[in-house]
Amino acid sequence: MAENTKVIMHEKSIEKTSKLQLVNNVVGTFFRYLFLLIVAIVVLFPFYWMIISSLKTLTEYRLSVPTFWPKVVMWSNYAEAFTTANLGTLFKNTVIVGVVSTILSLVITVLTAFVFARLEFKGKNALFAALLGTMMIPGELFTITNYETVFRFGWLDTYTVLIVPFLVSVFYVYLLRQSFMQIPNSLYLAAKVDGTSDLKYLWKVMIPLAMPTIISITILKMMGAWNSYMWPNLVTRDPNMELITNGLRNAFTEATSGDTNFPVQMAAVALVSIPLFLVFIFFRKYIMKGVSRSGIKG
Amino acid sequence: MVDSKHKWKAWLYLSPALILLAVFTVYPIINTVRLAFLEDYSMMKAISGATFEFGFGNFTKVVEYRNFLTCLKNTVLLCVLTVPISTILALLIAVALNSIGPLRRFLQTIYFLPYVTNSIAIGMVFAAMFNIVGNVSSESTRIVSAGIVNNFLGLFGVEPINWINAGSSYWANMTVMIVYIVWNALPFKILILLGGLQSINKQYYDAAKVDGTSRARTLWKITVPLLSPMLAYVVITGFMGGFKEYSSIVGIFGETMGPPGGKGEMNTIVGFIYQSLSGAHQGRASAAALILFAIIMAVTLVNLQVSKKKVHY
Repeated sequence: MAENTKVIMHEKSIEKTSKLQLVNNVVGTFFRYLFLLIVAIVVLFPFYWMIISSLKTLTEYRLSVPTFWPKVVMWSNYAEAFTTANLGTLFKNTVIVGVVSTILSLVITVLTAFVFARLEFKGKNALFAALLGTMMIPGELFTITNYETVFRFGWLDTYTVLIVPFLVSVFYVYLLRQSFMQIPNSLYLAAKVDGTSDLKYLWKVMIPLAMPTIISITILKMMGAWNSYMWPNLVTRDPNMELITNGLRNAFTEATSGDTNFPVQMAAVALVSIPLFLVFIFFRKYIMKGVSRSGIKG
Repeated sequence: MVDSKHKWKAWLYLSPALILLAVFTVYPIINTVRLAFLEDYSMMKAISGATFEFGFGNFTKVVEYRNFLTCLKNTVLLCVLTVPISTILALLIAVALNSIGPLRRFLQTIYFLPYVTNSIAIGMVFAAMFNIVGNVSSESTRIVSAGIVNNFLGLFGVEPINWINAGSSYWANMTVMIVYIVWNALPFKILILLGGLQSINKQYYDAAKVDGTSRARTLWKITVPLLSPMLAYVVITGFMGGFKEYSSIVGIFGETMGPPGGKGEMNTIVGFIYQSLSGAHQGRASAAALILFAIIMAVTLVNLQVSKKKVHY
């Protein structure tokens, strides 16, 4: 009897604590969502501000009480941005450099990764370790000598100078080699017995199986061309050879002197940002996967 | 027989990569070190046939140069402030994200957006948000539009602050840079930390719940230690990236690397290297690049030493 009451009391106290826990959980969940919502707003706000500012008239942009939706939608800002920043030429340059360098880089990366993953030769591991070692060195160290090299080659103001020096990325070779190594060796040996050539095996088996990594590399490389700033700025003198980011910054140099036509500037910024968002929407998975293994921007 | 054919092929496939790496990676490492020890090396003079003496002049000049010290100070301050802020924020966001069900993937995608942006382009958006339209430096201050950030702070009764316009203070500039860099650094850190959180065994948390451990204690005693390899990773890569800060500053302030009338006030080590390089001071640029490399190595080694003691694998 006494034992029974004890059990009931115990159950009651459990009920009480679980009720407390429930309240606690609801409150906790509320605050967590609130926190995450605030963060989401902070993250998204600059994009929102960029878009709506790009659609305002200059007068509306300069109102002391800001508007959060343009009264008159000024699509003409985009046309003006296109001509002010010479965006047509810059888009063309960037696409040419991006596409050509990505294709060439992929061919080289695939071949190199294949050798390091599948073929055997003396000193392979030492060579690979040495290559990985170069990843530790800040890029500025290479840039100094490369600037002189391309100058001596007479490459300034050409597409070559924007493409060739960065064709090999040790990091991408490493990434792809890791994917290649996950493909069982028995497949390779079976193909060898069937008399399949290395290149055919690479093309028919390894590349399809490593496709997710190859897509990640492609996107990161393209984004790299789209976002590159320092090197193009250094090696191009002719405004018609600049890439998109240089043109964008240089066309609106006086960003912080009050007279800038901010709506037009924001329209140019939006034109540069929108392709990146589209790529992100369609290839989110590959980008996030590639990035989580790299820690390198672009 | 097959084997020797193989070897020949391996080198053939490797040749494009090896040739490019030899010219644009291996040679530059050796040559840049050489240039750093050639007194007042200048590319144009070298091309027209001048020779340079061996010496440590470039290093002493870099270190004595007042601009370099400004750059060094800015770079270190930005690193020391943004890496802890962004890491702690990212940790809190990742923990909160990991604990919710609905909307998690959606929010995760939103938080990743700043990563896929052009840091110059979005820097210009931040500049516009902090910018004051009007005459801020005159006696009778006449502000046409205080900018959206000042408008927002105004809701809490804060007077408009001159963030980046002519005559703005060092710490106002610094604050803008910190806000922008943290905003930019969060996506990568959240991604890595969330990945780490998802691999933590739920049993630890169940045990803590049974013991009635408080949330803060659970975070500090369970989550942080189990997440320490990822935390170490984001801190180390954060410092490595932080010491190379450059384009985010160009995004906000432009190539002048400072507010109007304050050219170079926000310059960084990489900015210093680029300015020396595109000028006529390739020797000085090389010396500065070696100093940067040494700093990054030293900081990374310290980080690794600390994490060796603190990280639980």
